[in-house]
Amino acid sequence: MAETAKLLGTKGSPYSHRAEVALRLKEANFEFLHEDLAHKSDMLLRYNPIHKKIPVLVHGEKSIVESLIVVEYVDEAFDGYAILPSDPYERAMARFWARYIDEKVIPAFWMSCWTDGEMQKGFIAQAKETLTTLEGQLKGKKFFGGDSIGFVDLAAGMVAFWFGILQEVAGINLLNEEDYPVLCRWADDYCSIEPVKESLLDRKLLVAHFASKKEKIFATKAPVYD
Amino acid sequence: MMVGDCAKIMYEVKEVKLYGTWGSTYTAVVQNALKLKEVKYKYVQEDLENKSEELLRINPVHKQVPVLVVDGRPIAESLVILEYVDEMWKSPPIMPEDPYERAMVRFWADFIYKKVAPCSYTILFTVGEALEKAIEEFTRNLATLEEGIGKDFANAGKPFIHGAKPGLLDIIMGSSSGGIRLLADLTGKELIDKDKVPLVYSSVHSFESLPIAKETQVPYEQLLSRVLAKREKAFATEQP
Repeated sequence: MAETAKLLGTKGSPYSHRAEVALRLKEANFEFLHEDLAHKSDMLLRYNPIHKKIPVLVHGEKSIVESLIVVEYVDEAFDGYAILPSDPYERAMARFWARYIDEKVIPAFWMSCWTDGEMQKGFIAQAKETLTTLEGQLKGKKFFGGDSIGFVDLAAGMVAFWFGILQEVAGINLLNEEDYPVLCRWADDYCSIEPVKESLLDRKLLVAHFASKKEKIFATKAPVYD
Repeated sequence: MMVGDCAKIMYEVKEVKLYGTWGSTYTAVVQNALKLKEVKYKYVQEDLENKSEELLRINPVHKQVPVLVVDGRPIAESLVILEYVDEMWKSPPIMPEDPYERAMVRFWADFIYKKVAPCSYTILFTVGEALEKAIEEFTRNLATLEEGIGKDFANAGKPFIHGAKPGLLDIIMGSSSGGIRLLADLTGKELIDKDKVPLVYSSVHSFESLPIAKETQVPYEQLLSRVLAKREKAFATEQP
């Protein structure tokens, strides 16, 4: 489809980031429509009535939601860069680890930031375990995708850029070079990739954003990405 | 990219093993996909209360079933396994070819796993107000699923969600038929109502009538008695 795609998202969201990087890797024509999540647009509510979340990719008259589903769609619908590998087993591994990031790595880290006492200790222990497991998947490769970034790298974008910011605001120190040298090295390499760099907000801005929402997040545990 | 003869299989494999557990919908989902594609496999029954060394070795991350092991290489997570099976054994296909349609299938599969299935589990193991709430949520999510299928799948209900032949969503829904029957028996309500959710109903009933599905299904009476025993245990350990 030669039509320009529209990506409804926010620069503050790691989920929106996945979709944006996917489109940039494909050198796709797209328009980034910034959503104000406190005042969701008619367009967002029309194209994602069930979850009412970003990112939403609108391509032609069709809309695709859920960040990893958007990334797979972009990989299949646009020519060029291969985000997922071509071998079925390798694709299965990529999907498995992307799910692991969403279901285990991110929740444990997030809750480690926004809880205290015994509960926090429990989450921190979980977070350490999941980060160790994730780091193990790099196994001597530059990226999870091999020599170039792929599906799992995009899924782990939050680890590469947001985790450092969140832990700084929360006052904890989980992801550091001493404990996770390989993962930290990967994070730097990932963030240096041109399409990734183009999609990331200035770090200081994001720190300020989360710092300003700290109390709210601590109370609700809900993310505030805009 | 390696292509197999007649595009029937991506490339030759020697051994396919499926680690699963009795009565598990997720195990049944994979079994049904393999059988639909006439894949020869060896089934290994796991006792989840006494996990084998082998299971812990092949799925160290989640220590769960199902796990598909193809020529010694394990794949875990049923939806991941399903897409792998579809890509390796191309005929008959269970995913559409069009990228947008594939995204729709993935969206609704995700919705079923994250919204519909957890409620159903809650229904089986709660009583009183919690049960009523779970039934309400289940009914609401099912209605959303029904509406979504109607909107996104042009050939839904003919008789499958995917059309004339069963696809990934039908495998998921159809493999749940034992669980669905449990819900009806334990709540006294037909939660998958032919009139309220006709497309879902058609998918489940058409799939469970397939010979392969009948082979996979566990005897209902045994499933019911196991769940009843589990319920008794769960309620007995609750504080009064």
